[in-house]
Amino acid sequence: MGRLTFYLPVAGFLALALLLWRGLFLDPKELPSMLIDKPMPQFQLRTVDGEAVTNANLPEQIFLLNVWGSYCLPCLVEHPTFMRLSEDGSIPVVGVNYKDQSELAKSWLETNGNPFAFSIEDANGRFGIDLGVYGAPETYLVDAEGVIRYRHVSVLDETVWAEEFLPAIAELQAESR
Amino acid sequence: MSLTTSFNSPRTLALWILMLAAFVSAEPAVHAQVDTFEFQTVEQQQRFRQLSDELRCPMCQNTNLTGSSGGVAEDLRREIHRMILEGMTNSEIEQFMFERYGDFIFYKPRLRMETLFLWFGPLIFLLIGGAAAIAVSRKAGRTAQKSPELDNAQREKLQAILKAKG
Repeated sequence: MGRLTFYLPVAGFLALALLLWRGLFLDPKELPSMLIDKPMPQFQLRTVDGEAVTNANLPEQIFLLNVWGSYCLPCLVEHPTFMRLSEDGSIPVVGVNYKDQSELAKSWLETNGNPFAFSIEDANGRFGIDLGVYGAPETYLVDAEGVIRYRHVSVLDETVWAEEFLPAIAELQAESR
Repeated sequence: MSLTTSFNSPRTLALWILMLAAFVSAEPAVHAQVDTFEFQTVEQQQRFRQLSDELRCPMCQNTNLTGSSGGVAEDLRREIHRMILEGMTNSEIEQFMFERYGDFIFYKPRLRMETLFLWFGPLIFLLIGGAAAIAVSRKAGRTAQKSPELDNAQREKLQAILKAKG
């Protein structure tokens, strides 16, 4: 009995300390997405180039959906990664040009290169709300059935690609086999 | 010119005090938003105020939609305005926000399986603390009561000692 009354509070304290210690390393800026394992929201919009685009135009394979804007500096940081991915044909990338002006978006793509199969123009941010976007850049991993499987907030560089996206993609491929 | 030299006449001093008073009494700008939404009724306008006060801006972490000038907050206010005009109820609008931004959007999270610990965790800690406090004070009470009572053998021994001394 005497031992229990000593060790029980100590164990309780250690458990709480561990929980709070872990909490110190959580990023409060990374909100969990509500759309994981849900289909991409329906849209009927135009691309930056002015062509009509709907869900039917999305790739029928695993692809990335990258939310970007010409005003967004971190987007420029992650841009080389998307250029490499599209150049070596690793994965198709679809852009969402979020709260931007199409003229600025077009000249941004011209200057820096265009890694996107196409960029959906979301000038007023309404499609972004359906996605649960709260600021560029954000990147979604979408499977062949058009279901969102993973979300990464902020810059997707080669490290994030290798450590987060490659395992997630491998998991999706194993699943469909 | 230093500050002290500007107070050299009572008139300049009075002017300074007047300016200071005007500055202090000026109404602080409470609402950071500048957009002007039009409503059909006062009730709709009040609901808009209430909702954008109670919903949290997902981008700027610790401001509500009213106080935030962030891009997404502006868009969400516009959506709230649209939904109110379309005749959606407050709980429908809150559900719309929840489906997209999750519990984070609420300053007062909904009572769900995932938020049970958040709501009742403090109560559990209070109960544990309370139980511990009661257990400790009971134990202390028991030991305190025990000491003055002597059994018959001890009483006889005490009498013997007292007699011998007396």
